[in-house]
Amino acid sequence: MNRLELLIEKHNLVFAFLVVGVILFLSILVSKRLFKGKIPGVALAISAGLALAFLGDKKGLADIPLFSGMALLGGSMFRDFAVVATAVGADLNKIKKAGFAGVIALLVGITVTFFSGAAIAYFMGYTDAVSAATIGAGACTYIVGPITGAALGASSDVIAISIAAGVIKTVVTTIGTPIIAKRIGLHSPHSAVVFGGLVGTTSGVVAGLAATDEKLVPYGAMTATFYTGLGCLVCPSIFFVVLRAFLQ
Amino acid sequence: MKIYGVAFLAACLLVGKYLGSLLGSMIGVNGDVGGVGFAMLILMIGNHLFSQKWGMQPKTKEGIAFWSAMYIPIIIAMASIQNVKAAFSGGWVAIVAGTLTTLLVMTLVPFLSKIGNSEVSDEIDSAHE
Repeated sequence: MNRLELLIEKHNLVFAFLVVGVILFLSILVSKRLFKGKIPGVALAISAGLALAFLGDKKGLADIPLFSGMALLGGSMFRDFAVVATAVGADLNKIKKAGFAGVIALLVGITVTFFSGAAIAYFMGYTDAVSAATIGAGACTYIVGPITGAALGASSDVIAISIAAGVIKTVVTTIGTPIIAKRIGLHSPHSAVVFGGLVGTTSGVVAGLAATDEKLVPYGAMTATFYTGLGCLVCPSIFFVVLRAFLQ
Repeated sequence: MKIYGVAFLAACLLVGKYLGSLLGSMIGVNGDVGGVGFAMLILMIGNHLFSQKWGMQPKTKEGIAFWSAMYIPIIIAMASIQNVKAAFSGGWVAIVAGTLTTLLVMTLVPFLSKIGNSEVSDEIDSAHE
């Protein structure tokens, strides 16, 4: 291993700052020059991040020793720290006003996602209640899926599918949100609170909102952060019992 | 001092996460339920109190503002460490279930947004649109 590689691996977080800076710089350049600003630079940069993740495996780009700092910078500790910091620009009154709609959105979001996900699994050949419930839970988030699967005793390949479904959701939300935002009226703090509750995947919601309009991020993050916990509560319990009754 | 802002932010996150884990254990989920949400609420209330009653120093706010601005770079790093290979190796069930359910709930946004929304013109100025 040469001197430079050693140096970088020792300072992996510092190198990650540099890498992300370069990704953003190039993305904004491409956005301005190639797309005349029609596709936001931030959206391009996030997509570039996802594309780079293909270079590694489980931990994406961070599996390559040179880029191990990305796991630290993009890990949940820094993510939560920075997401909380965005609240400094949020308006408490707007959150109060949207609070009730946010709670309804959470309940509707988890219910619709679980049962439609389970129905898709059923029609694609996973007809037993445990597998259908695990995949439906995975469609909620990639954390709810394996937790539900483990609780219900699902097979490991079904648990893998449930994680995959959750990651696909994150990717679809990240890339799809800026595209669909106008059509679903996602332009106000109020609708962002509802959006966060309905979609729920924290990484996807915050990345998608960041690519749509940075000011909406704290509002969406606020409700999304309750989604996974609630999903882990209801999917392996009430929802599984209801689903089993349907499938018998 | 900027570090006061950063320290305040750290305190908010830790207290919020603690409340989240308490709520988690109360409802019998092993993990954190809404920790970040609680932290954000504490930060907003604290920010409101400090600014109005004691007058938070601009330097202190800069400490929080820095991390707020670091948010996008962190999200880009987060995108680059996702297990995307597993996502696409889960087969068609994973892709169809993940995509359709997400698009389905997104279409519900305009309907649920009507709840409790008295000001329809409550739009924020999106200057960079």
